[in-house]
Amino acid sequence: MTMDTLHSATNVIEAHGLERVFEMGSTRVHALRGVDLMVARGEMIAVMGASGSGKSTLMNILGCLDRPTAGSYAVEGASVEDLSNNELANIRNQRLGFVFQGFNLLPRTDALENVELPLLYDRSGQRLDTKGLAAEALGRVGLADRMDHDPSELSGGQQQRVAIARALVTKPSLVLADEPTGNLDSVTSLEIMALFQQLNSQGVTILIVTHESEISRYTERIVELRDGRVIRDEPVSDRHDAQKDLEALQGLELVGVA
Amino acid sequence: MKARNLIRVAGVSILKNKMRTLLTMLGIIIGVGAVIVMVAIGAGAQGQIESQIQNLGTNMIVVTSGSTAEGGVSLGAQSVARLTVEDAEAIEAQGFLLAAVSPVIQTFTQAVGGTGNWRTSVLGVDYDYPIIRDWDVILGDFFDDGDVRSIRREVVLGYTVAENLFPNGDAVGQQLRLRDVPVTVIGVLEAKGQTAEGLDQDDVILAPYTTVQNRMAGRQFVSQILASTYSPEDVPAAQVEIQQILRDTHGQAGNEPDDFTVRDQSELAEAAQSTTKIMTLLLAAIAGISLLVGGIGIMNIMLVSVTERTREIGLRLALGAHDADVMVQFLVESVVMSLVGGLTGVMIGYAGSRAIASATGWSTVVSLPTVLLAMGFAGAVGIFFGFYPARRAAALDPIEALRYE
Repeated sequence: MTMDTLHSATNVIEAHGLERVFEMGSTRVHALRGVDLMVARGEMIAVMGASGSGKSTLMNILGCLDRPTAGSYAVEGASVEDLSNNELANIRNQRLGFVFQGFNLLPRTDALENVELPLLYDRSGQRLDTKGLAAEALGRVGLADRMDHDPSELSGGQQQRVAIARALVTKPSLVLADEPTGNLDSVTSLEIMALFQQLNSQGVTILIVTHESEISRYTERIVELRDGRVIRDEPVSDRHDAQKDLEALQGLELVGVA
Repeated sequence: MKARNLIRVAGVSILKNKMRTLLTMLGIIIGVGAVIVMVAIGAGAQGQIESQIQNLGTNMIVVTSGSTAEGGVSLGAQSVARLTVEDAEAIEAQGFLLAAVSPVIQTFTQAVGGTGNWRTSVLGVDYDYPIIRDWDVILGDFFDDGDVRSIRREVVLGYTVAENLFPNGDAVGQQLRLRDVPVTVIGVLEAKGQTAEGLDQDDVILAPYTTVQNRMAGRQFVSQILASTYSPEDVPAAQVEIQQILRDTHGQAGNEPDDFTVRDQSELAEAAQSTTKIMTLLLAAIAGISLLVGGIGIMNIMLVSVTERTREIGLRLALGAHDADVMVQFLVESVVMSLVGGLTGVMIGYAGSRAIASATGWSTVVSLPTVLLAMGFAGAVGIFFGFYPARRAAALDPIEALRYE
């Protein structure tokens, strides 16, 4: 794809003055009150905030599932405000990957077919070997040997890995993860964060929406929202390595057991 | 979305819920099966009636005494001039368009001989009666012109009579007594089956009309005169011809209404056909209603399915499915279900109509147009009743749908 400017070549996401107003009967709820956000290529960023802070609304807009009431938003330099629903769907399909809190895998459908799902809606015509790409993505998340397993036969952590493989299969510019560890225990959460860090080190841009500060420690940058405004946007000073924390935690558990 | 993927997505969803799919299709299976069976019965009945009308004899004209009720005035049968053998002879002598003419003198009697007694009707007819009725002799011969003139005591048995009195098939040459008149059996007629009214046409003995008139007591008058033309196109003109001959013979004045009735088979055929047509339509309508109910079943299940799979739909939309992709997926699902159900219904209907045919002896006809119509209707039901649920699915907001519990 062609990049309009040098600036947009380095920024996957550029949002300026995003506002989102919900009309609920006669009352107007300002979910976002002017949010600016840039995400550079290769970044791993956490969007934090309590419930009601507007982080879900921001996530929906960044994910092209919703449109801002005011402000501008561009994905890889391409402005999306004026796109039709179908054009937004194509952007979601080709440039964005989604990871949800509840995994959202199709039941009675094996891991390979679940990962293949976004490719069935591909309109670029360049991703024809859907099975091969899905198998490759499952390999990247360490589930090459679980391809024919149904979600019901997989642990929570494995299900989330399948969901991450599904997000990666289209080789998106940005992976958006909405509370990806919300349904997982602490060890599994660390495993997932270790996977995100590993993928990030391979060049995948990742934006994680979370309300847990323990999770945000594994990212490079924290953006905190409150009442629809950014109140903090700073690099993580003491970035943790999830793999090391995981080993330490497992070591502790071993000591505890012994 | 490519067609291959589309079919796959719909197929997977259908196959992954086998029980639900089966229950959904059941309505269509029963509906289409019912259409096939009902129409097969109707068409079979229609075919049977048509062949029965053919059985009566092609190009046949029937003259009966008495006029049809015209202008609300119906003359009593007793007050009307009887048809006579002379009338038949006059028609035969003067009619140019007629291939054969035969009076019919009917009487009922006990036939004694062979294995015992058989009460049946004796028809006194002319030698060309089999031509008019298109009725073949399968054993022996029919009496000829000479037999009729010579008032021979020879008879030809209908199939039912022959079967009952001479079960061994040796009827020809045997003696019978009709009202104490000894007669010789010279032939047996082929089986003609029942009339549209359910009367056994084969329960009859045919004798020369001269013999019936002269040798047997009882009704002496001619109940009918049957005639046939050389070709079906001549039938209307021949009717007019017969009417003129009879008016002359009966000496009727110009403005007097006919004291007889001339009919051809087309009226009967039309009446019978319109009756069976109404019956077929009625059966098809009942079956169509069951197909409609099946369609509502599909809509019901599809609506449940849309609600049940709200999160799945949200996911598909989030992953890049266009509204149309989701809509087409659900439409394809309902159409595939109704077509597969329709095909199953056709097979079950076919088997069912065969079973009914062998169980009841009715003839049933499963025709290709009926099958195609039923399948087409099933497909249309799938589209029509799948449309609303599909549109509802496509109109879902992905954010809301993903959050749906």
